[in-house]
Amino acid sequence: MPFRRARSLLLMALLVLAGAGPLVPRPARAQTNPAPPPASTLDIVYLGLAQRPVAPESALGQPATDDGLAGARVALADDNTTGRFIGQGFALDTAIAPDEAGVLAALRDRLGKGARAFVTDLPPALLLKAADLPEARGATLIDATTSDDMLRAEGCRANVLHVLPSRAMRADALMQYLVVKNWRRVMLLAGSTLEDRAAAEAFRRAAKKFQIRIVADKTWTFNPAEQRADTGHFEVNTEVANITQGVDYDILIAADEEDNFADQLGYRATLARPVAGAAGLMPVAWSPVYDETGATQLQNRFFRSAHRVMTERDYGAWMAVRAFGEAVIRTNSTDPATIGAYLRGPKFELAAFKGERLSFRPWDGQLRQPVLLVDPVSLVSISPQPGFLHQFFETDTLGVDQPESACHMH
Amino acid sequence: MPYALTRGAAALVVVLLASVPARADHLYLSNEKDNTITVVDATSLAIVKTVAVGARPRGLLLSKDRKSLYICTSDADHIEELDLATLTVTRTLQSGPDPETFALSPDGKTLYVSNEDDNEVSVVDIAAGRIVDEIPTGVEPEGMAVSPDGKTIVNTSETTSMAHFIDAASHKMVASVLVGSRPRYAEFNKDGSLVWVSSEVGGTVSIIDTSQHKVVHTVNFAIPGVPSETIQAVGIALSEDGKWGFVALGPANRIAVVDAHSFAVEKYLLVGQRVWHMDFSFDGKTLYSANGVSNDMSVIDVAAMKVTKSVPVGHLPWGVVYGP
Repeated sequence: MPFRRARSLLLMALLVLAGAGPLVPRPARAQTNPAPPPASTLDIVYLGLAQRPVAPESALGQPATDDGLAGARVALADDNTTGRFIGQGFALDTAIAPDEAGVLAALRDRLGKGARAFVTDLPPALLLKAADLPEARGATLIDATTSDDMLRAEGCRANVLHVLPSRAMRADALMQYLVVKNWRRVMLLAGSTLEDRAAAEAFRRAAKKFQIRIVADKTWTFNPAEQRADTGHFEVNTEVANITQGVDYDILIAADEEDNFADQLGYRATLARPVAGAAGLMPVAWSPVYDETGATQLQNRFFRSAHRVMTERDYGAWMAVRAFGEAVIRTNSTDPATIGAYLRGPKFELAAFKGERLSFRPWDGQLRQPVLLVDPVSLVSISPQPGFLHQFFETDTLGVDQPESACHMH
Repeated sequence: MPYALTRGAAALVVVLLASVPARADHLYLSNEKDNTITVVDATSLAIVKTVAVGARPRGLLLSKDRKSLYICTSDADHIEELDLATLTVTRTLQSGPDPETFALSPDGKTLYVSNEDDNEVSVVDIAAGRIVDEIPTGVEPEGMAVSPDGKTIVNTSETTSMAHFIDAASHKMVASVLVGSRPRYAEFNKDGSLVWVSSEVGGTVSIIDTSQHKVVHTVNFAIPGVPSETIQAVGIALSEDGKWGFVALGPANRIAVVDAHSFAVEKYLLVGQRVWHMDFSFDGKTLYSANGVSNDMSVIDVAAMKVTKSVPVGHLPWGVVYGP
């Protein structure tokens, strides 16, 4: 889910390293083609709130300090490679502040200096404050890291676009797969944070939409810290066995946005049933396990640049910076209004290794896209599932479609 | 002398045998999952042999003398040469990492190979089997083509969304032309005045004038009942008579027939699933396509514009070449 870290980072890093084959001896490189200095440069500001360090479940879950930003850097190199052929430059200005006031001050400062292209890595409430600054009216803020449904509904803004799939899209992606598998009885287990409740609500809505029955709907209250005690796993096993007792279901879905308990459900429940949602089978935009439709190239390029595997936040920032690049290159303009209109228009297309062109839904600023269903080591499926049809875009079977949208852009 | 006579007779027999047209023409398909080349008899459409090659074979080219087939074995990081008389791999050539597609110079001496993972085009001297130069290009180079006069190389780069025109003598980039997203394949027309470039994610074909380096026409595709995002242009085959362009549309499971003068789409031919690449028979009367997901090859009667047959081949067929 949105703030998930890539699992098994160390393991993946080793796998990628092992896959780097022996190099063929090369001749001396030919003369590099002379690149003319760029005629104009677009400044893209990466506006972030420094991540709170979270206690990972184990050494495997350590998030990188440049999680997100590293993806923006790779996209910047991609943008500049294209840009150098047409005299267009791109620059990335990193503004990561430790608190809300710092973020807003940095935004005002950059707006004052004329910047209008922002990639944001901000929690929902702060993103709204940023978007609502009077000076930010003519800017475009591409939200690279949230999945919040409110930001795509009543909290939508005319100057904000979202690249990662919403919670609603993720929940729909999972439910479509359950329909295909005919696993129609779900036990839902939600954590108690605001985000967990929002995720649980998205699963409930999606279940109703696809006629999946939620046969049990429970809240996880066990203190996650207790597993750290030397005998913690006994207590966790007991707790999971208890909470899953007396219910028969096909799959257990966890709404757990901060990874507090979802990883401890597998193998511990009373019945032998798979886990999905925040662990097990996860609906995501990106994963190190994904290598279809050319994704290998991006995975490799990222690994060479950042020396680690690419997370979903890295991918979100990559898409955001690439979206600006695409708009500037296609319109041959750095005018904020021109770029903003092109991004939202019907001609915009982002090639983001999903096997089809991605574009922004004009009604809520959400990037329409297929959603991957992965487990920690493999790609299981990609939604929309075959047979879920839509009049215009099959990807619009995921998430909130125009007629249901509560977004009234202003 | 009797001995010399015997030798002379033996030599004569060898010459006679060699002049007999012992083999019908064949189709060669690269199966990227099986790591094999399927050899199909062009007359009977029966599989003659399945040849094991290096990992993930994709791009295929017939040598100028038509005696061998060059194979991009992407995951093996080299090119293999398949001898068509014996159907065995006789040698490997350097290619740079992850070769996917390539083009042959008209004199048959040089291969231009796109190294998708390395943002480079490798120039390979076929006789020496070695890379003699590397040309930096856009992000994720993919499609390769050489002009009929051999003077210009075109390379497409997928993430950069451009067709790069490179001078074949100096290896310097002359021009870069912006096209639709994720350009995958480039093909010169017979007189070299135009290059057709397919864009997979954009779902279009850009027709580029080679003297002005400008897109003069963009071919769009629309098929009733097929979602537009599944229409993904990949392989291109231009008929020898200059009348038609055939464009493989990937997961739309169709080949578009495009009038090469007006650029109007005349027809969509339903073929197998995820059609990648195509090739014509030597006489130009038949077109063959490799269909990646349905694991078969479609046979198309060009004059009738009809699919006449499908032939099961290996797993994930990607490239197809018509040869002796």
